[in-house]
Amino acid sequence: MEQQTLTEQPLQTNTKAHELAKKQREIGVAEFFAKNRHLLGFDNKRKALMTTIKEAVDNALDACEEAKIFPEIIVEVIDMGNDRFRVIVEDNGPGIVKAQIPKIFAKLLYGSKFHTMKQSRGQQGIGISAAVMYGQLTTGRPAKITSTIGKGHPNHYVELMLDTQRNAPKILKEEEVEWEKEQGTRIELDLEATYQKGNQSIDEYLKETAITNPHATIIYTNPKAEQIIFARATEEYPKEPVEIKPHPHGVELGFMQKMLEITESKTLQAFLSSEFSRVGVGTAKTICENSALLPNTKPKQMSREMVEKLMEGIKKTKLIAPPTNCISPIGAEILKRGLKKEISAEFYITTTRPPAVYRGNPFQIEAGIAYGGNQPTDKPINILRFANRVPLLFQQSAGAIFKGIISTNWRQYGLSQSQKSLPIGPCTIAVHIASVWVPFTSESKEAVAHYPEILKEIKLALQECGRQLASYVRKKKKLKEQKERANIFERYIGIVSESIAELADEKVEEITEAFMKMIQKPELQAEINQLDKEDEKYHSTGFHEDELDDYNEAGTDE
Amino acid sequence: MSKSIKALEDLGKNLVKQIKKQENPTIEFNVRSLSNIEFNKSEKRLTLGSNISKRSFFNVGHAKKFMQTLEVAKIAKQLLKIQKHASLRDVFYMVKRTIKGTSTNIVDEQKESDKSLEDLEIITDFSREELNINANKMGSVAGNVTILDRGDTINWSKLGSGGWSIPSNVEDIEFKEVQAEYVIYMEKQAVWERLHEDKFWKKQNCIIVTSQGQTTRGIRRLLQRLAREHKLPVYVLADFDPWGFYIYSVLKFGSISLAHMSDKLSVPEAKFLGITAEDIEDYGLQKHFIKLKDIDISRLKQMSDYPWFKDNKPWQKQFDKMKKFKAKAEIQAMSARGITFISETYLPEKIKKRNFLD
Repeated sequence: MEQQTLTEQPLQTNTKAHELAKKQREIGVAEFFAKNRHLLGFDNKRKALMTTIKEAVDNALDACEEAKIFPEIIVEVIDMGNDRFRVIVEDNGPGIVKAQIPKIFAKLLYGSKFHTMKQSRGQQGIGISAAVMYGQLTTGRPAKITSTIGKGHPNHYVELMLDTQRNAPKILKEEEVEWEKEQGTRIELDLEATYQKGNQSIDEYLKETAITNPHATIIYTNPKAEQIIFARATEEYPKEPVEIKPHPHGVELGFMQKMLEITESKTLQAFLSSEFSRVGVGTAKTICENSALLPNTKPKQMSREMVEKLMEGIKKTKLIAPPTNCISPIGAEILKRGLKKEISAEFYITTTRPPAVYRGNPFQIEAGIAYGGNQPTDKPINILRFANRVPLLFQQSAGAIFKGIISTNWRQYGLSQSQKSLPIGPCTIAVHIASVWVPFTSESKEAVAHYPEILKEIKLALQECGRQLASYVRKKKKLKEQKERANIFERYIGIVSESIAELADEKVEEITEAFMKMIQKPELQAEINQLDKEDEKYHSTGFHEDELDDYNEAGTDE
Repeated sequence: MSKSIKALEDLGKNLVKQIKKQENPTIEFNVRSLSNIEFNKSEKRLTLGSNISKRSFFNVGHAKKFMQTLEVAKIAKQLLKIQKHASLRDVFYMVKRTIKGTSTNIVDEQKESDKSLEDLEIITDFSREELNINANKMGSVAGNVTILDRGDTINWSKLGSGGWSIPSNVEDIEFKEVQAEYVIYMEKQAVWERLHEDKFWKKQNCIIVTSQGQTTRGIRRLLQRLAREHKLPVYVLADFDPWGFYIYSVLKFGSISLAHMSDKLSVPEAKFLGITAEDIEDYGLQKHFIKLKDIDISRLKQMSDYPWFKDNKPWQKQFDKMKKFKAKAEIQAMSARGITFISETYLPEKIKKRNFLD
């Protein structure tokens, strides 16, 4: 009834909603991120510096690897005073063609990596442009890019800013310059930041990067003008990751819609069999049947309901797991070399697990342990986390790696540990996940999400290392005990000699001398070395531990 | 030179001989554990079996104990030479020091030096009192007895509320006059105080003895001497629980760790006066029961298996009843029947009936 009366009213154009509508407008991606910089890792000044360098170095390493060049990366951080820093990162990679430079450095969500299924450091194409944006927001200064793609080609110099309204690059200056470099890219960026040494510092980040990238040389000059060189430790080039098509089980609805939109296939069946891995013509047909969709449906004309049906159909269809040869692990041997060069310890163990799959995405876990040396024995172990060779420095306790470590029983491997907490001991534990798509808990890529398959592989890798650690710790303990026991006799001889001398009215020196002669005898050395047996024998005869005596002391309380 | 000094010298000389021959210096003595304890039925006491234990210096498991044993032997020799006595605590502090250049102590607890002394007794066949080492005195006695101690004449009936405190070494005490028909030894100091205040010893013409805590060697030797030299019966008054029973057991038969001394310490004449299971039933003490703990039950089981209790029917009956009650009772539970109930009713009745466990 009421509804009827309402519709009879003439339509108003001055409602509150109309009023609000005047204020409502599309928010640019860039504008959104500018206001939510913490999502990208620019929460505070310290983290901003870190993230900027991280993004630039990740890009440099990725670029070199694509061109199979041993990376030589120069990182320089200059303190300009007043919380302003200038960051310079320069690589010897393949360079960038002129037309691409502005988009790569000054447009969010632009990149080659988002649409391909290939293991790489960056993924979303946000990182470096976000750094450029942060720099211009805090200092008002443009990013300065120099790049050259090889001998004989011009060296391009561009000064860039990001138009946050339109998410588009704004070129301030463009010219050809002199540059001594044959090929490579250099970015210079000013930003507001603070520099600090320690746990979550640039220094630590670069050191850890050197561990998982022993094929790279990094020359780092910190704001105190100290130069640190992380030298290359291997002549072996990492296996090149292979690009694969996505596996249907790893694709979400939105991504599927996007794929359907841009495909060149004319039918659904052809789309499925050509755009996905592990889907042939037969399987594509089965998926269509399971989704109750016609194989000749035109991909571009599929409604949201139809895509949902398709997703259901995929779920119902049994598929072979995706190929795993697309992953490029560091390799146990090379990881060990990386650990050895940056962490001083006495014993190193590393392992690489066979590839596995989570939600249609192949991944591979590697772990390493560096034990002993000068590492503190009474503090929790040091954890190094890596995703596609990139160190993860923040939100340590949020991710699957931390969970994998604390839910492993380290006591059986010779470290002390109380329930569900970090083990204590002179130990560094490194865990690396390599994947075409590393699942992070947030856009700032700080922690690996808890997929059960990933957690399981992490634990298996840690256990493999743990077993070797246990045998080393045991051996070391045994040697130490042997040494201690050998000392027992030497320590006691003085006291015993005095007692015997006094009892027998003899000279102490003569007795001590006779003792010292005996201690060199081979039988005695044998006694020292097979102590464990002796000890057991002694304890089992236990000639005067008697439970009754304890009564006399404890049992008469009133 | 006294025999005990000689025994200590022999120990040293024997070791020197071995060392000069480049042999691993080794001390041999009888094993002191339950597995090497025998119950001598005719003498009614525990004796040490013939299993020999070797303690060698060049043996990682033995080295420290070897050192400790010789260290206390050295101290005993020094004491004997200067004719002074020391307490167990003194010996502990004389031994306890850090070995030069290390962080290791020769002994860390008095328990260790005490054990070494017990070993030394077996090795030398001399008691620690004979080696001039005494325990703290821990116990009181009252009764119509006159003794001579280091030249002083002492009458146990004229020492006020505290009575005479029993020294750890009663070897040289001389009994001048003993007027008593029997001796009661009680586990609880509080019960002794009660009986002493009520002049129980005067009324009943007896001697009352107690200790603070364990029955010390001095008390055991004193009871043995009163039983042997003056033919006095010795009655034991203890709690109705496994530990009370064990106090009786140690007093009568000797203890496992001091089996080597049982001829000097055990009182085979001792009889158990109470509290028995029957006392509990007769005097209605059930309402003062304390529930047995797991440890009590396992101790009860151990004790009922000891060779000296195994074939003893009256004792097995006590064990069975305690198991059935699932409870124990303290002597002081009798105070619930009136403060002087124990001295005026319970004990006179028990002694009159001569109703003892043997």
